[in-house]
Formats: sequence, structure tokens, C-alpha cells
Amino acid sequence: MRAKQRRRLLHVTAVWVGLVLGGCFAGLPVLWMLVSSFKPNARIFATPPRIIEEDSSFAAYLSIFHDPEKIRFFVNSYLVALTVTALTLVVGIMAGYAFSRFEFPGKRVLNVIVISVQAVPPITLLIPFFGLMVTLRLYNTYQGLILTYMVFTLPYAIIMLTGYFNTLPRELDEAAKVDGTSTFGALWKVLVPISVPGIVSVGIYTFMIAWNEYLFALTLTRTNNMRTVPIGIQLLMGQHSYEWNEMMAMSVLGSIPVVVLFIFFQRYFIGGMTAGSVKN
Amino acid sequence: MSVSEAAPVQDNGAGTRTLPLGTRVTRALVPFAYLSPTVTLLLVLMVVPIIIVIGYSLQDAVITTKQSHFVGLENYIDILTSAKFRTALGNTIVFVVVSVVAHMLIGLGFALLLNSDAVSNVTQAVFRTIFVLPWLLTVAIIAILWRLLLNPNGVVNALLSALGVVSGQHEWLADPDLALAVVTFINIWSGYPFFMISILAGLQGIPRDLYEAAEVDGAGVLRRFWSITIPQLRPIIISMALLDVIWTSQQFALIWMTTGGGPLNKTEMLSTFTYKMAFSEYDFAGASASAVIILVLSMVLAFFYVRSQKARD
Repeated sequence: MRAKQRRRLLHVTAVWVGLVLGGCFAGLPVLWMLVSSFKPNARIFATPPRIIEEDSSFAAYLSIFHDPEKIRFFVNSYLVALTVTALTLVVGIMAGYAFSRFEFPGKRVLNVIVISVQAVPPITLLIPFFGLMVTLRLYNTYQGLILTYMVFTLPYAIIMLTGYFNTLPRELDEAAKVDGTSTFGALWKVLVPISVPGIVSVGIYTFMIAWNEYLFALTLTRTNNMRTVPIGIQLLMGQHSYEWNEMMAMSVLGSIPVVVLFIFFQRYFIGGMTAGSVKN
Repeated sequence: MSVSEAAPVQDNGAGTRTLPLGTRVTRALVPFAYLSPTVTLLLVLMVVPIIIVIGYSLQDAVITTKQSHFVGLENYIDILTSAKFRTALGNTIVFVVVSVVAHMLIGLGFALLLNSDAVSNVTQAVFRTIFVLPWLLTVAIIAILWRLLLNPNGVVNALLSALGVVSGQHEWLADPDLALAVVTFINIWSGYPFFMISILAGLQGIPRDLYEAAEVDGAGVLRRFWSITIPQLRPIIISMALLDVIWTSQQFALIWMTTGGGPLNKTEMLSTFTYKMAFSEYDFAGASASAVIILVLSMVLAFFYVRSQKARD
């Protein structure tokens, strides 16, 4: 009995040591980003480094809020990411429904195409996209970015949603159809409402991809009023001699939407991942 | 694809054959109606661009001039025989292999910690959020953050100096001997949570009675780990690893914003090599050939990924 208790204590201690070490590895850089955003720029590289410097303030944040150009980066990012999410969900739900509930010629081929599309390197598409967007007059527009991002978000959404719909019994939507609802009605009135957890997790993932995208945002936009947050942060780096505190403040603001989404929806998110990628 | 073959198998079964042709045709078209936005999008923004880029790769002086000529495989020969390309390929392989192995090990370790019954659910949730933080940051933010941390006057040098590991102000990202290791480390830091979350989900799906039965049979902790946990997780780990290989080999932003491929091409990756060729040197034809080579390599990986997914079904 004594030995068992000691082993249990050892086990608990080992887990705690692991958690704390892991927490330092993952969290300390993020903590440093946060505290640096409050420091006066002159004290960013002070030795010895201190978590909280004297004269810490919200100055860096205020200077971002007072700069219309920087606010524009955020507006652009929200606009693009939210539109991409909404459109990806609508198109993805329809495609996921077709894959989950119908047999049709070409289904297997199309399925394999959707899966392999995820592996197409962005750099391969970048060169033709550059020409294509100029030709279609979508270069340096929201529409251009939104369409581009959907190519990367849609395959994942379709795979996840197909997997999710497959876990729901067919009887649910069949019953609605027997009652005289069209397949379209059965999808939106029966299947979609009970699929909220899966849809939310796909939505968050889509938002993350669109919010974080860098390569195409860099290449397919030209003017600062079209730039998104990742490019805006990089622009800050080039300008006025490294205002590190402002860059960190911008990074904190740029991380908030995704971190908040994750904290509030992590149950859905991890659940969605289980449904989509584990049971698949 | 002929419509007559497309009789809807899913419909209630009874009486499908006797329906008028028009209704049968309409029903057969239903799934395609649902798929039409997806198919249109993928056709215009995936298939067409790939055809265009293959076309570019077989010509000279595309985009920048109006008169470009068909040059066959010349661009490919140029790329494959260039020393810079081989350096980029070598760097990419090191970067990918080390990153993926580390992602897998750290992800597995952290998932096991989070799944342990030694701590309360609240503690688990708090640490899960902390562990996942690096993954929630935009790659542009990760790049800038690590440039701050690794600055010669930055906190990493200060801490390591205090511990006596390094002396003075080390230029981590500008040191030709260290740069590749450093960008790989940053990539490891930012990417392991994807494995962690998937493995955690997998761990929670392993039936408890498997462990209980093994314990009754006298299997120790390690034995249970090797004989139950690992085999149960194997399909997840294999497909995650393949996905991670595909994504890591395409990493661009992190390299571009930390080292830009330098110093002395020590961190040049296939993606940065191709990007520079196109958008710094304006050799769009050569860059297209390089992009097609990367596409082919990725498709080989995708083939294995699809096969691993099929094996799980």
C-alpha cells in the first residue's frame, strides 16, 4: 500500500514537472511578446531582461489605434477572413453533403482530387495566379484574395464535413425527405443544425488559415490599403527603425482573434478534429 | 459520364426504375448541383493554373515579354543541374525530416501529459491552451517574435549568457553554421501542437478496458505504452506525419521573414529559391519549372497520404 502511494506521488510529480517544462517551452516566448508590447522601445533590449520594465504603458497600442493605416490592416484581415469562412462553409457543406449522402459517377476520382489538392504547393500556384489575377482584374482586390484562400480552405472543409456527416445517421435526413422536404431542405433544416460542432470547428480552422496567410497576401496585393495583418507587421519592420514594442503590440492584437476563438471553442474544435481526422 | 448510369442508388429503392426519364435525370443531377461551386472553383483556380504553370515551364521569358518560345525541357535541365537548387533541396530535406520527427515526439509527449489522470481537468485545460499557443500565432508573428528573442541583445542571449552557455551577443540567424538549426527549431516550436491535438484526440479514443485487461495480465506502464498506445495511435501518427511532411516542405513565410534564405544560402528552401527566381530575378519560366518540380514531389507524398487514408477506412 505504502509503495503504491509512493509510486502515485512520483507519477503526479513527474507529470507536473513535464507540464511546467512544456508550459515554459510553449508559453514563455508568447509571454515575452506580451510584456514587450508594454515596454518603452528603448527598454526592449535592456540587460538584465526584466518581465516588467518601469514606464510600461499602453503607448504602443494607442499609437496603433491612432494610425488609420494600421487599423486598415485589421479591417482588411477581418473582412477577408470572415468572408472566406462564410463562403467556405456554404460551399463546403453542400459538397460534404453530396459526398456523404449520394452515389454518383466520378465520386471516387473527385474525392481523391479533393484530398490531393491539399498537397498542391502554394508556390506552384503563385506564379500562374499572379498572371491570372491581373487578367481577371482581381489583382490587389478583396475578391482576388478571398477566391485564392478558398482554394486552400475548401478541400479541408469538405473532407472534415464529409467525415462529420458520415457519423450522423442517414435516417435523420431521410425522414425529412419522406415528410416531403426537398434534399436541399433536409440538408439545411435537419443536417446542418445538428452538425453545429463540426461546422464550428471547420469554421475556426478556415478562419485561422485565412487570417494567417502570408505568401499570397504578399504577392497579390500591391497597395497598403489592401494589406492584411501579417504583411502589415512585416511592413512595420521595414519602416521607422524597428519599433519593437509596436510590432509586438500589433502581434498581440493580430493573435487575439484566433486565441479567443480557440479558448471559447476548444471543446468543439478538438471534437471536430476527432470526427474529421480520427474517425474519418 | 452518361446520365443513364447515374440512377440514384440512395433513393428509397422501390420504384426508381419506373419513374419517368425526366425525373431520373433530374435526380441523377442532384449531387452535381451540390458539387458545382466546388468543381468550378477547383477547375478555375487549381486545374487551369497548374496547366498554365506547366506551360510557362516549357517556354522562355514568360510574363516579362510578349514573345516567348517553346524550349522543351531546357528550364528543367537548368534547374536540376544548378548547385543552388541542390542546396535548397538538401536544406529542405534536413528542415523537413528534423521538424517532423520533433513535432511527432513533442506532440506525443505533450499529449500523454495532457491525457494523464494525475492532474485535474481544469489543470489539463489550462495547460492544453498554453501548449497550443504557438500554433495559434500567425507565421508572420512567429517570425518577428523570434527575431526579437534571438536578437544579439535579446533575451535568449541574455539568459544563455547568464547560464554560461554562450558568451556575448550571438547572431543566431546570421551565423552560417547555426541558421538552419535555428529556423528548424522555430518551425518545431510553431508546429508540434497540430500533432499534439490529433494524438490527444486519438488517446481519448482508445478503449479503457484494453489497458485494464493488460494490467490484469501484469503488463507494466512501458509494456502497455508499446503494445497498446502506440499501435492504436499508429494510423493517426502516420497520416499526420505525411501531412506534416507535405506542409513543412512548402514552408515559405517563416524562412522568408527570418533569414530570407541566407546567410550564404544556408537556409535556402525550395520555396524561397523558387520565389526569388520569380519575383526578385523575374525569371518566371525558370521559377515555373522549379514550381512544377516541387509539385511533382508533393504529389508523390500526396499519393502516400491518400493511400494511408484509404488504409484507415
